[in-house]
Amino acid sequence: MNSNDGFPVSRRGVIAGGVATATLTGTPVGAQVAAPQQTPPTTMPVTLKVNGRNTLIEVDTRTTLLDALRETMKLTGTKKGCDHGQCGACTVIVEGRRINSCLTLAVMHEGDSITTIEGLGTPEKLHAMQAAFVKHDGYQCGYCTPGQICSAVATLNEIKEGIPSHATGDIAAKPKVTTAELQERMSGNICRCGAYSNIIDAIHDVAGTERMA
Amino acid sequence: MKAFTFERAKTASAAAAAAVRTPGAKFIAGGTNLLDLMKLQIETPQHLIDVNGLDLDTIAPTSDGGLRIGALVRNTDLAADARVRKDYGVLSRALVSGASGQLRNKATTAGNLLQRTRCPYFYDTTKPCNKRQPGSGCAAIGGFNRNLAVMGTSDACIATHPSDMAVAMRVLDATVETVNSAGQTRAIPIADFHRLPGTTPHIETALAPGELITAVTLPKPIGGTHIYQKVRDRASYAFALVSVAAVVQPDGRGRLAFGGLAHKPWRVEAAEAQLPKGAKATAAAVLAGARTTSQNAFKLPLIERTIHAVLEEAKA
Ligand SMILES: Cc1cc2nc3c(=O)[nH]c(=O)nc-3n(C[C@H](O)[C@H](O)[C@H](O)COP(=O)(O)OP(=O)(O)OC[C@H]3O[C@@H](n4cnc5c(N)ncnc54)[C@H](O)[C@@H]3O)c2cc1C
Ligand code: SF4
Repeated sequence: MNSNDGFPVSRRGVIAGGVATATLTGTPVGAQVAAPQQTPPTTMPVTLKVNGRNTLIEVDTRTTLLDALRETMKLTGTKKGCDHGQCGACTVIVEGRRINSCLTLAVMHEGDSITTIEGLGTPEKLHAMQAAFVKHDGYQCGYCTPGQICSAVATLNEIKEGIPSHATGDIAAKPKVTTAELQERMSGNICRCGAYSNIIDAIHDVAGTERMA
Repeated sequence: MKAFTFERAKTASAAAAAAVRTPGAKFIAGGTNLLDLMKLQIETPQHLIDVNGLDLDTIAPTSDGGLRIGALVRNTDLAADARVRKDYGVLSRALVSGASGQLRNKATTAGNLLQRTRCPYFYDTTKPCNKRQPGSGCAAIGGFNRNLAVMGTSDACIATHPSDMAVAMRVLDATVETVNSAGQTRAIPIADFHRLPGTTPHIETALAPGELITAVTLPKPIGGTHIYQKVRDRASYAFALVSVAAVVQPDGRGRLAFGGLAHKPWRVEAAEAQLPKGAKATAAAVLAGARTTSQNAFKLPLIERTIHAVLEEAKA
């Protein structure tokens, strides 16, 4: 067997381990062969149907859906966590499906219907999932909560639609609301306070199902 | 993120033509890999061609009893398709083992095939990387390389291809269909689609500049027990250390493809003759010529054990 152990280089700063935490100071070595002229910032109009209301905005093409919601439309319920699709804090429901709003551009969503935490319920009239999170203490600091709730609502719909998951025993069968299914399906939403167990209880409550070992 | 201009493509060949015509252009589908890399300035396109409006989001039967999967079919929809779950279970299983529910709702068939490596130095723009910056060197060789490749590596690059879906497509002998700027189409067998790093690790596939993937086709079903076994550092939402896609027939014959081993989904057809003899003989044949580092040598025994687990599951 040959060896690939070459000249040892410093491991300093190599904790990224496949996740996107690279530092961006100085000139990136990685910038692909620089074209002679850099494209100047470009803006475009886009109409988003957010929480039932059509809204026309003009954004820099680089604006993510997350930044359009938070910065342009001032809907700050949706949170920015990692900004790289790893933590789920930015989860919103677009055309009926939950997505990470940080990894998509606003201009890719012309005419799309978007539901954010503000559109699910209001402080006076909570959505059933919001009420269940309160009842079961499905949070501590609350930062990941809007994403958790949007994800949880969409998760129950995905199970209803028959979409399988890694926890589905028989891949050809219709999945059921089980604790293992909920844990697997919610794994794209990280909670640093560790409220996972109570979050699962809240989702079971809304689904009308019981926690299983 | 560097600034870019943006257009929505109306037809597949118009998208390919725009990609050739516009300097620094790239297609964007789900955006879950490309935008991640653009935020880090690892990818710096000057123009984005949004292909989401193209009519490439359906799954249809082919004339020879297989399935044609449109390039824009979302990973969720492909995994949930009743025909795929019944006849190509290994593909559904591989898809649902990857990423998260949110990401699979956006990720497309073509984008998944073309996702780039998760080598930590590819992501670290302060370090040399031949894949990101041709000729700059490889920080992974001699660096932190626990999860990097053991098969088909070169002195220029030891990165792995991170896709789970592609491993299942390899075991199913899928074909990638494309169109170019002149409107010409071609079909590329999945075995020839991804390349080994060699001296040009920045060239990852057989695609020509501007060539657009339109579909992936699966040949007619081959029966058997379909298994995708992914071994990772945590039980969910992590890339594979190694993975095995398997279709095992009742008589003990079968096919195996591997993730986490190489720069492309790894399959050694000749080794499959060893399957009836068990995991040890099969792993030895698959892993002949392995080049390991002190950190990733664990992948060799892990592959043998994972093949063993797959064969036990197939018998059960
Ligand atoms: C946190 C996280 C965890 C993940 N975990 C996993 C995992 O465990 N397993 C796994 O397999 N994957 C995983 N992924 C990767 C994910 O599967 C990919 O990001 C996704 O499949 C890419 O598809 P996309 O449509 O979003 O591609 P995009 O980002 O839109 O595009 C990717 C590339 O494909 C090109 N492209 C897109 N469509 C076409 C086309 N039709 N023709 C030619 N070129 C095209 C683009 O130009 C770009 O270069 C993970 C991603 C994240 C962010
Ligand atoms: S292994 Fe490949 S991707 Fe990783 S640093 Fe070396 S050249 Fe770059």
